[in-house]
Amino acid sequence: MMYDWLYNLTGSEILSMFVVSLLPLFVFILPFALFAVLMERKVSAHMQDRLGPMRVGYHGILQTIADIIKLLQKEDLVPTATDKTLFNFAPLLVFMGSYAAFAAIPFSGFFIGSKIDLGIIFIVGVTGLVVAGILMAGWASNNKYSLLGAMRAAAQIISYEIPTLLIILTVIMVTGTLSLYDLSEMQTPYFWNWLILGGPAIGLEKVLLIPFMIMGCLIIYTSTLAEVNRTPFDIPEAESELVSGYHTEYSGMKFAMFFLAEYANMFAVSAIVAVLFFGGYQSPFGYLGNTLNLPWLIPIEQFFWFTSKGLFFVFVQMWLRWTLPRFRVDQLMAFCWKYLIPFSFVILLLVGLITLI
Amino acid sequence: MKDYIVNFWQGLFTILIGMKVTFKHLFVPAVTIQYPSVKPQLPERERNRLYVNMDDCIGCDQCARACPVNCIEIETVKSVPGDDLGTTSNGKKKALWVTTFNIDFAKCCYCQLCVFPCPTECIYMTDVYEFSEFSRENLLYDFVTLLPEERIQKKKNFEEMQAKKEAEKAEAAKKAAEAKVAAQKEKPEVKPNDTSSENKEENK
Repeated sequence: MMYDWLYNLTGSEILSMFVVSLLPLFVFILPFALFAVLMERKVSAHMQDRLGPMRVGYHGILQTIADIIKLLQKEDLVPTATDKTLFNFAPLLVFMGSYAAFAAIPFSGFFIGSKIDLGIIFIVGVTGLVVAGILMAGWASNNKYSLLGAMRAAAQIISYEIPTLLIILTVIMVTGTLSLYDLSEMQTPYFWNWLILGGPAIGLEKVLLIPFMIMGCLIIYTSTLAEVNRTPFDIPEAESELVSGYHTEYSGMKFAMFFLAEYANMFAVSAIVAVLFFGGYQSPFGYLGNTLNLPWLIPIEQFFWFTSKGLFFVFVQMWLRWTLPRFRVDQLMAFCWKYLIPFSFVILLLVGLITLI
Repeated sequence: MKDYIVNFWQGLFTILIGMKVTFKHLFVPAVTIQYPSVKPQLPERERNRLYVNMDDCIGCDQCARACPVNCIEIETVKSVPGDDLGTTSNGKKKALWVTTFNIDFAKCCYCQLCVFPCPTECIYMTDVYEFSEFSRENLLYDFVTLLPEERIQKKKNFEEMQAKKEAEKAEAAKKAAEAKVAAQKEKPEVKPNDTSSENKEENK
């Protein structure tokens, strides 16, 4: 593990803890957000037969860096009628929520911020901060559009947490562990051992589990997509109805914080889907490090597989964004309560029966 | 219940169809162009900024008269006998110095009506459409190839010639008058055919 390795190297608990806790931010979240914003723009452009940003660097690869510099230079506006304390604190809270989730995400067998046993429940719980932050931002902005957006976001995120949790519960029933590290280790490095294909157990149970796992995967993907407020579930920031939802009044770096949190959240939920159903950091066809007898290569390979799985799901999120139109508020609620929740209950029940076999 | 299941299945299936369509478009070449570096191919008869080829202009003023918004302003000066103005490309001899040829593109409505009457086809539409300016005065284009001093010079030449002609005329008139006076002095008698001419006119 990273922490032990650093502790042996430096001999200082504080320093190694500090490094380990900051690593996901500086090595992962910030570069990922920079990359994902560009990827989003490029994917959207090419799906609409455009080219997207082309001016800054080769095919616009430095565009987001230019954007960040622009955002840093912007005046930090705080409207007079806002509740100043809450207004300034809300973006931090939103970012804290999504950053804290990264503490339990297993990037590779070698690096997890914290190897807690309640990993998945911790992530679900700590992402609840995002709701509080969004509601705070909308309320403190003292703007009807912000408030509307925030109310919608709160209603949506809380509703969609139910199918997410029910599917997580199903997976927990099959695997019997809440720790994301154990979950990933269980799905050994061959793709037929992944939970989407019934898990490592061999026999009738595996065959029976496959359809339910595929359904569960679809449901959890949809509901986590709704939790991160992305199209087709982006009614909290629907540009054509509410100006920009809860971040209407924000500018400069505070706005960038919301953006960063959104992209970090996108990766976090993709990572959850990858860990629960697609083997986490495990390679689909064994490790090169094992064949070449180079043990130090394995964590790097694991990190590669984890990020590529995460990025693939982020890409699918973008893909869906440019395919589907936005839901209406009542349709959104109907979809959650009338379709996703009953289906996840049925899956929970039937998978429970299957595990009894 | 059957509707419910069908709805769920159709919702899922149609999303996949939509995703297939958007995924195909990911590899369709872009229909947009990188505008300032790549420019669109304009149609052959596009109407943009006018251009006047002053080598061919004979200063006939027909374009200015055809203009519906009076944005063309032309002044010409007759050439002095010694001047060589050259010929136009279709062989016409030029006889006038064009000292003013202003087109105000702030007024121009790009109707192309000035292009058709031109006898030497020296005013025509180009493919230039990027000529916006910060001040309206900058849109007043001067097409005359003569230098400002030359323009004054040409006017002066013409005036001098005119003055010279006037002077010559005056002199000639003076001479004629003098000659008349001299003739009258030489022959003070009344002319015999004066009355006859009056009669002829009366007859008419």
